[in-house]
Amino acid sequence: MNITVALDGHVQDHTAAPATGASHASKRIVVTYGFWIFLLSDIVMFSALFAAYSTLSRATAGGPSGAQLFDQVGVAIETACLLASSFTCGLMSLAIGSRRFGTTYLYALLTFALGGVFLALELREFAHMIAIGAAPQRSAFLSAFFALVGCHGLHVAVGLIWLLVMMVQVKVRRFSAAVERRLLCFALFWHALDIVWVWLFTVVYLIGVNQ
Amino acid sequence: MRHTPLLLTVFLAAAPLAARAQGILDPQGPVAAGERQILFNSLGIMLAIVIPTIVAILAVGFWYRASNSRARYLPDFNHSDRLEVLVWSIPLMTVLLVGGVAWLGAHELDPRKALPSNVKPVTVQVVSLDWKWLFIYPDEGIASVNHLTIPVGRPVSFELTSAGVMNSFFVPQLGGQIYTMSGMLTRLQLQADHAGTYRGMSAQFSGDGFADMHFDVDAVEAGNFAHWVETARSKGSSLDASTYAHLSKPSAGIAPVTYRAVTPGLFGSILAAEQQHEDICTRTSMRAER
Amino acid sequence: MSLLGKLSWDAIPLDQPIVMGVSFVMVLVIASILGWITLKGHWSYLWGEWLTSVDHKRIGIMYVILALIMLLRGFADALMMRAQQAVAAGDAQGYLPPEHFDQIFSAHGTIMIFFVAMPFVIGLMNFVVPLQLGVRDMAFPTLNSIGLGLTASGILLTNISLVVGEFAKTGWVAYPPLSELQFSPGVGVDYYLWALQISGVGTLMTGVNFVTTILKTRAPGMSYMRMPVFCWTALASNLLIVAAFPVLTATFAMLLLDRYLDFHFFTIDGQGNAMMYVNLFWVWGHPEVYILILPAFGVFSEVVSTFSGKALFGYRSMVAATLVICVLSFVVWLHHFFTMGASANVNGFFGVMTMIIAVPTGVKVFNWLFTMYGGRVRFEVPILWSVGFMVTFVIGGMTGVLMAVPPADFQLHNSLFLVAHFHNVIIGGVVFGVMAGYNYWFPKAFGFKLDERWGVASFWCWLIGFYLAFMPLYALGLMGMTRRMQHYDVVSWQPWLVAAAAGAVVILAGIVCQIIQLVVSIRARETLKVTADPWNGRTLEWVAASPPPAWNFATLPVVTDIDAFWQQKKEAHIEHAPAAQSSGYELIEMPKNSAIGFVTAFLAVVVGFAMIWHIWWMAALGALGIFLTTLAFAFREKEEIEISVEEIARFEEMQHAEVVA
Repeated sequence: MNITVALDGHVQDHTAAPATGASHASKRIVVTYGFWIFLLSDIVMFSALFAAYSTLSRATAGGPSGAQLFDQVGVAIETACLLASSFTCGLMSLAIGSRRFGTTYLYALLTFALGGVFLALELREFAHMIAIGAAPQRSAFLSAFFALVGCHGLHVAVGLIWLLVMMVQVKVRRFSAAVERRLLCFALFWHALDIVWVWLFTVVYLIGVNQ
Repeated sequence: MRHTPLLLTVFLAAAPLAARAQGILDPQGPVAAGERQILFNSLGIMLAIVIPTIVAILAVGFWYRASNSRARYLPDFNHSDRLEVLVWSIPLMTVLLVGGVAWLGAHELDPRKALPSNVKPVTVQVVSLDWKWLFIYPDEGIASVNHLTIPVGRPVSFELTSAGVMNSFFVPQLGGQIYTMSGMLTRLQLQADHAGTYRGMSAQFSGDGFADMHFDVDAVEAGNFAHWVETARSKGSSLDASTYAHLSKPSAGIAPVTYRAVTPGLFGSILAAEQQHEDICTRTSMRAER
Repeated sequence: MSLLGKLSWDAIPLDQPIVMGVSFVMVLVIASILGWITLKGHWSYLWGEWLTSVDHKRIGIMYVILALIMLLRGFADALMMRAQQAVAAGDAQGYLPPEHFDQIFSAHGTIMIFFVAMPFVIGLMNFVVPLQLGVRDMAFPTLNSIGLGLTASGILLTNISLVVGEFAKTGWVAYPPLSELQFSPGVGVDYYLWALQISGVGTLMTGVNFVTTILKTRAPGMSYMRMPVFCWTALASNLLIVAAFPVLTATFAMLLLDRYLDFHFFTIDGQGNAMMYVNLFWVWGHPEVYILILPAFGVFSEVVSTFSGKALFGYRSMVAATLVICVLSFVVWLHHFFTMGASANVNGFFGVMTMIIAVPTGVKVFNWLFTMYGGRVRFEVPILWSVGFMVTFVIGGMTGVLMAVPPADFQLHNSLFLVAHFHNVIIGGVVFGVMAGYNYWFPKAFGFKLDERWGVASFWCWLIGFYLAFMPLYALGLMGMTRRMQHYDVVSWQPWLVAAAAGAVVILAGIVCQIIQLVVSIRARETLKVTADPWNGRTLEWVAASPPPAWNFATLPVVTDIDAFWQQKKEAHIEHAPAAQSSGYELIEMPKNSAIGFVTAFLAVVVGFAMIWHIWWMAALGALGIFLTTLAFAFREKEEIEISVEEIARFEEMQHAEVVA
């Protein structure tokens, strides 16, 4: 077994290389590993935004504060949607694993719908805030809020487009090795967004209301 | 490589020359003198290890050159526990020493720390503008631009802020610099021990007029300082909101001027004009004051 | 709002003869190169073999070429600054007005860090790491090509700013509020931000790629503690990229939001906090220093050990030191602004942490010293650079520790002492490192050595020029001269600045020597021709042919020890690689070339340029183009090409015949 085989997409069917101490991973492992590294870097980027938000959370410049603005019910529904979509995304992964075509589409659809509802609710919240004069231009606090939450929302939007593309790919390519790898990466991405959201929900909304 | 000792000499020879050129090696007050002492101490500790290292690098490289048949070839000498302990401990010891100097120095020469003195300090409020310096003497009720007059032998307590971009207030012969930042207050304590004129400047690039953002610091005897204050009070215009608005328009290299009076609270209003938020600096400084 | 946003004929600085002259020459050079390629009919070769190549070696070489070109641009800026400061004393204003001088020092810093040092280091890693790991390519070859493309996009945008519009006038760190719209209303800061955002994304891709490659694809038998030290330093450097660059991206994104959508992250109004930018910038900025220097340390480790004919002394210490530096580099950022007015405890903590980083660095110097001890040191060009580095870097390290002492830094911060210090470590460390690597691996890349005499001449010019240019700056810093002064009133500074300018000219001579070295070597390539192992090397890259075939190794090496190749040679009692086998090859699959890197890079330039000039429709079209390109790539049919057993055998026989001859 050599590395060219290892770089081939079909290698997961082969047995692993002899344990000589070196990593000799299949393409599936290499790709998901690389994607993990990327996700870590993405989380670092969120950390910078979180740091900015924490620094500026009291810098309201005489404008509204988080306690005055945040609607916890709406956010709770958003959170529920996103967590549920993560669950359906997990079910989708299982369906892919057992090569069930229809079930995969069903859970993909559910994931997409729940993600879409999340995004719609978030945009509604943004629109409402801007309408009552709490736009990002109002104060440093609101700038940081919109940037942090908006950055997460942008990720969700990218995820939805990605999911759409993947559904077309599943249609065209079935569960080829490449398609399966990409779906695996998508699932990682989607779960990572969940983790970021839980963090964001805590720092921005839970703590913010008490400030 | 062969030039290194020579160049090192040049480097060290720069010291006395620098002294003549009004640099940081020619301190005229306790703060600058303390900082120079720390500079010398750290440099001394490090040179004790750096010079032998450089000599060793050149000597080993020269002796073990391929053409030297007298040098012993030890192709398998690539590990020695004892030597490895040594190579970790030499820099560690050095750093322990210099680190001690740094930690103590950071506290000893904290820019906010009041200087020991039995005279009440002069308070000067400093505002950096595009591209000039405004000095307000709140107790005397006067102000000057691009020229700072201070009494010899009496601490000067600076409160600093910026009306726009960031600058750094720096009078090398009296002591280290401190940033001036919009909406933020920084503090600096300096003292001149000898009468003279010292160069002050902005050390933080602030735009097109930056190169002209320097000023003279006149350190004068107490009597002369009182005289200067009296003279300043008797001439020039007064610094109020409208003269300040005029002054704050960007201009570079303007001639020094004094104001006979200052609207009380002007400095506070500049500080608060843009924002009132607690930032890292003021927060930590207030904590220190408590 | 016009169709072209803020763009108009006024953007071209027709009134500035220097800028227009330089631009004219640049355009002329580019046009003549393009014309030459067209005349000679090299386009299809260039496109098929280079621009669309996903081969890590080709990509590495292209990175280095980019770096060398930008070195000329950045160095031209340096010469202009030195000339300005040599004359602008007393009442004299020199030949550069402030608004031009400010752009020059901002561009110089930005270019030298992001577009010279970074691509040079990444280029060397690209070329060497897979070879040293004993594999055939990076984990993600196409991503590698996109990374290169985006770096080139950033470079192109920076160069466009010379002709269309202006560059930032804020210094290379672009501190707000100065870099906010209120104080920098022009497009200069936007050029800076978009160029660095785009190339930053490319760098991040590279980082992810290297981390995965090194951790997940290595030759059979190569455990972590058998990895060459250069790979270790590359790993550390790329871990830093992955952990630090996203912070820069986020920070620049905040500044962009401030400038484009009137947000208030760092503005004076709306309770923005400019010092937050300074903190975040250096949370990236200090690791960045180690992103650059660690691979250089790796080069020195390889070079010193090879040319001493010995294994590296204290391999474990070296690895440990690299990782300690990697971690500590994230807890020292505040030393870039001790003068902010933080408390004595904060300053003291960061001062001491900064010094602790000097410990592993010191360990490395001693280990190189002990590697030479008992060796047979062949003073060829790469080790000249290495010894020059060791001496110079020790001095730079010392002045660095000096500035880590907060009270000393209150005096030295923002002075020319600081400028001298970081040039001391970046020229004496990074530049000397990449020059050593360039001379060391050139024969591997092209199959012939670089001319030795011109190489030696270049080294001495650089070394002497460096000391002549920067020792005076140390002195000037002690005299109280601050950086970034377009003119100065203290005439006693002038002799020192004249000396520094002379030093810059000597460095120029060094660069000229390097160009001559390259030309002379290309012309004498037949006589300088080498086999696989010209330096009696120790690591796996010297097993592959020079230049290596696209697939690097016909059969993958099996690693049983550190210095795998050295061990093989020792056991076989031969000086060269074992003779090629004539049969038993297997079919090799290599990733297929792809235009996605080039197309994405082109579209990224379109998006960046459109955003800088507020041409929204064009930015949207460019972004859509990038999306469609990605889509097309995702749906492409074939991802690999096959290399037949016959082709491999033919190549190996040819190599073998040459070795025997």
